[in-house]
Amino acid sequence: MISVNHINKSFNDHSVLKDISATFEQGKTNLIIGQSGSGKTVLLKCLVGLFDVDDGDIFYEDVHFNKIGFKEKKEIRKKIGMLFQGGALFDSSTVEENVMFPLDMFTNMTFEEKLERVNSCLKKVNIINFNHLFPAEISGGMQKRVAIARAIALNPKFLFCDEPNSGLDPKTSILIDELIKEITEEYNITTIVNTHDMNSVMGIGDKIIFIYEGQKWWEGTKEDVLHSDNKEFNSFVFASALTRKIKGIL
Amino acid sequence: MRLFNLVGSYFLLLGKVFAKPEKKMIYYKLTVKEIEKLGLNSIIIVAIISAFMGAVITIQTAYNTENPFLPSYLIGLAARDSILLEFSSTIVGLILAGKVGSNIASEIGTMRVTQQIDALEVMGVNSASYLILPKIIATILFNPFLTMLSIVVGIIGGWSVGVFTGVVTTQEYINGIQYAFVPYYITYALIKTVVFAFLITTISAFQGYYVEGGSLEVGQASTRAVVASSVAILLFNLILTQLLLS
Repeated sequence: MISVNHINKSFNDHSVLKDISATFEQGKTNLIIGQSGSGKTVLLKCLVGLFDVDDGDIFYEDVHFNKIGFKEKKEIRKKIGMLFQGGALFDSSTVEENVMFPLDMFTNMTFEEKLERVNSCLKKVNIINFNHLFPAEISGGMQKRVAIARAIALNPKFLFCDEPNSGLDPKTSILIDELIKEITEEYNITTIVNTHDMNSVMGIGDKIIFIYEGQKWWEGTKEDVLHSDNKEFNSFVFASALTRKIKGIL
Repeated sequence: MRLFNLVGSYFLLLGKVFAKPEKKMIYYKLTVKEIEKLGLNSIIIVAIISAFMGAVITIQTAYNTENPFLPSYLIGLAARDSILLEFSSTIVGLILAGKVGSNIASEIGTMRVTQQIDALEVMGVNSASYLILPKIIATILFNPFLTMLSIVVGIIGGWSVGVFTGVVTTQEYINGIQYAFVPYYITYALIKTVVFAFLITTISAFQGYYVEGGSLEVGQASTRAVVASSVAILLFNLILTQLLLS
């Protein structure tokens, strides 16, 4: 479980996150949703420590993440897997080397053991026989899946996904969403997904937090989405003609 | 103020770079890869430029010393000292600032804008050390070899063109090369090379590491890396010459 209490973050004089408090539960897919520029990515980067918060607290279970030293933070980070918006695979390494990277850095496994783990992670994300290709040689959807395989290679306790569906077709997006949900439940990890894809919200949103202009505006589950009377939330969720039509039918 | 900020950030980055490596074996493998990428791949360009520069120095010296009272061995002597003292360390350093510096800045800058550096940080890897330290070690180890190569090829280039054009004989050229030779000049050239290698690698890596934006900014960082490295080489050339030869 990850919890944040009253966190604020600003860049120069521009306040991006304003007094955000939330709890992200273990074994559930926690979604952070909001318009582009609402502060979702900044919140996610604060959570993983890529940005320091101005004030407020971030807890990884009982560990006060933003108050601990570099070494303790490093130990927490070994339990974190992260899927970046563009995949962030290492261009000069093959698929196999990318997934093996965290094992190389943080374990003393033999090459055979590492290879076995890599192949099991790649099998999990349904990437088979692509071990020796470079990221540029595979599709965007496959790159995302390889990035997920890399993120889970060390059996993380926390998984962060920054817009996992951006740039993907609807069918591949659903596959990625299902994969994230499956991994979350199977390994009982705390997963936080940044998205503005309504298919993800309605498909995997065990818990949803809506960020509007840097503030938490709404919180609920996917079942609560259709019954919300929050104006800003509704204007975001039902922005398209299709979602308005679905709401009308339901 | 901005300059102080930049210098401060540069030294903070160096502090991160020289932190204790996570796994020494991985750093060793990376260093070997970097030696190939930054060092071995520079051999041809260094050899070509050195051969032509040696040739030009010889011809220019010959045409500027046509006075019959000046001995012909001066051509070899001038070529040797020009190559040894300045060309093979400083000019090759400037050439490598262009080739290696832009390569390092664009590689690290691209990793920054495509979030590969963020990915390393999130995993708990010291990205500065992982990406930059092997490059520093590789260039510091290999650039002295490039300098020695440049000296040898430059002197051979000067000899072959000098003899081919008839401005000097082989014996005169060799006499010039041997005349009043100071072995310390080689040490001086190698010390400069090591310092320049460090400057090129760290300044270029610094420019790439702190890129913000996209491909346009990566290109700009690459240009800044070459300019800043070149200026630093010229400045340190002056300082080292004063310190080592005065």
